Amino acid sequence: MTTAPAQTAAVDKRGTPGFWRMFYRRNGRALNAFVTFVLVWAFFAANNPTLFLIPAYYNAFLFSVPATIIMTTALVFVIVSGELDLAFPSVIGAAGGLFMTLVISGVPILPAAALTMLGGAALGTAIGAIVVYGKISSLVATLGLNFFIVGIVNLLAQGKNIESRESVSTFGYAFFTGKWDIFGLQVPNHFLIAVVWTVLCYVLFRYHRFGIRVQMVGDNPDSARQMGIDIDRIRVGVFVWSGLAAALCGVILVQTANMVWFPTSGKAYLLIALAALFVGGTPTWGGVGTIWGAFFGALTVTLIPSGAVGAGFAGFWTDFIFGLVIILTMVAHRFGGARAR
Amino acid sequence: MAPADIAPGAPIVELRNIVKRFGSVEALSGVSLTVRKGEVLGLLGDNGAGKSTLVKTLAGVHDPDGGEVLVKGRRVSPWTPLAARNAGIETVFQDRALAPQHSIVTNIFMGREITNALGLIRVRKQTDEANRLMREIGFTSKVFNPDSTVGHLSGGERQGVAIARALYNNADVIVLDEPTTALSLTETQKVFRFVRAVKDSGRTVVFIGHNIYHVWDIADRFFVIDRGRMAFEGDKAAFTGADHLIGMMQQLAETGRADTATLRKSA
Repeated sequence: MTTAPAQTAAVDKRGTPGFWRMFYRRNGRALNAFVTFVLVWAFFAANNPTLFLIPAYYNAFLFSVPATIIMTTALVFVIVSGELDLAFPSVIGAAGGLFMTLVISGVPILPAAALTMLGGAALGTAIGAIVVYGKISSLVATLGLNFFIVGIVNLLAQGKNIESRESVSTFGYAFFTGKWDIFGLQVPNHFLIAVVWTVLCYVLFRYHRFGIRVQMVGDNPDSARQMGIDIDRIRVGVFVWSGLAAALCGVILVQTANMVWFPTSGKAYLLIALAALFVGGTPTWGGVGTIWGAFFGALTVTLIPSGAVGAGFAGFWTDFIFGLVIILTMVAHRFGGARAR
Repeated sequence: MAPADIAPGAPIVELRNIVKRFGSVEALSGVSLTVRKGEVLGLLGDNGAGKSTLVKTLAGVHDPDGGEVLVKGRRVSPWTPLAARNAGIETVFQDRALAPQHSIVTNIFMGREITNALGLIRVRKQTDEANRLMREIGFTSKVFNPDSTVGHLSGGERQGVAIARALYNNADVIVLDEPTTALSLTETQKVFRFVRAVKDSGRTVVFIGHNIYHVWDIADRFFVIDRGRMAFEGDKAAFTGADHLIGMMQQLAETGRADTATLRKSA
């Protein structure tokens, strides 16, 4: 064996990355999430092709998926910043209650929705401020706050539903839940709202100063601070965004339930949205994430329960398939993108 | 290009009789340091000599308890990180303050993104600027471009990102805190190439190092600090070689003072 002179040791053997390699580097996580969705769909569809090719089969899917999409895409900001928000289900519930309280006191649906979103943002600010300025771990703080806010909502509601069935015929209601018939597939407005929301999140995350700074803070908070980023403000900001999304979810959930609000509204979304987020390819360690991945993750986790039944599995298979998909996609994401340090 | 309102060789930053205390510990007891335009000043000193306090004072992280800071002949007070930056002094700290999972361009503009009125990033403008800054210090390669992930770069290349970032805003003085620590020979050579390019652009560099040979290779003038005071300083020409400088520093470490009589009078 000959000793290589220092000069040859210095030669860089890495090649110029091509366009597709760069594309995969930038979008690999979102692509993985998309492929996961297609595979899960194809797996179900193969078991019952006739059912899965009927457009009308997806009506219920499109009706129920928007809330998960909206919450999951907003949570990307929280996870990427290095925090965790377990309090959003309580904000969904509180927002729905606030919205219905406004509606039954005579506020039209659209202004009530706008006020509710302001309220959600305010609640998000409070949660963020407690986590950040109280210097508490966001896992513990938001876990406690979730119980606390749910508790207050229950006390205020005295365990009663709030309903306003007469507002079902208003323009505001149609704005959120009206449907477009496309070849037998009924696309509800709130699905379109969820798509617009996702685009908004995407632009905010990838092209806005706020989103970029969220990623910087999550990747290396010390660096971000040294470079003059107000990391506390960014951290509060992600909770504001999460609160805003939760409020929008609250408004939509009430309307998809024919203008009835239950004090337990939102509770079911905690694990669904987090599962969708991680199936969607946003890693747990912070700094990087993907909005479109979260979108496809939301589609995947929403498809599993109904899809499994549609494919002929008995209902009790659902959790098994759910778990399997989560674990397998986690492994796939591992191969797709190790952490750059 | 760096602003050229003062002549090369004239003082650009002057620290006069700087005193900095941390509780009862006096880290700097009356240090006077002059940085001249266009030079590479090597800042040397043992661990605990006050080197990092002096660097942080240059960066504005520490506002001195006594003495004054003059930039281009004007006294600046209060002396803060922002004041230092506005005065044209950019500091690259030891940990380089990078976000490894993100692109070179995102790192270069960390905390001062180029945006439109809505806060949206002007991607093309940032990429062009990043390309310009990278070319300026010779930090180019067929392997990476402004969109490459910093975490996939070598140590010397990461230093290049930090140096390119420091050049944005037309800084006059770049302070490099231990840029070659923990780097291999090849990587150190890369960093030296960047530093020389910075110097060739008419800017001033303050180079802080542990490894005296590294500092000897790159600096035009040396400033040695010991126990919070200036021990000795001199142009490269005043020393017979790196071993002369090392000998003086060893003497300083052993006896508490160095024999400056051995220095040649500089022309």
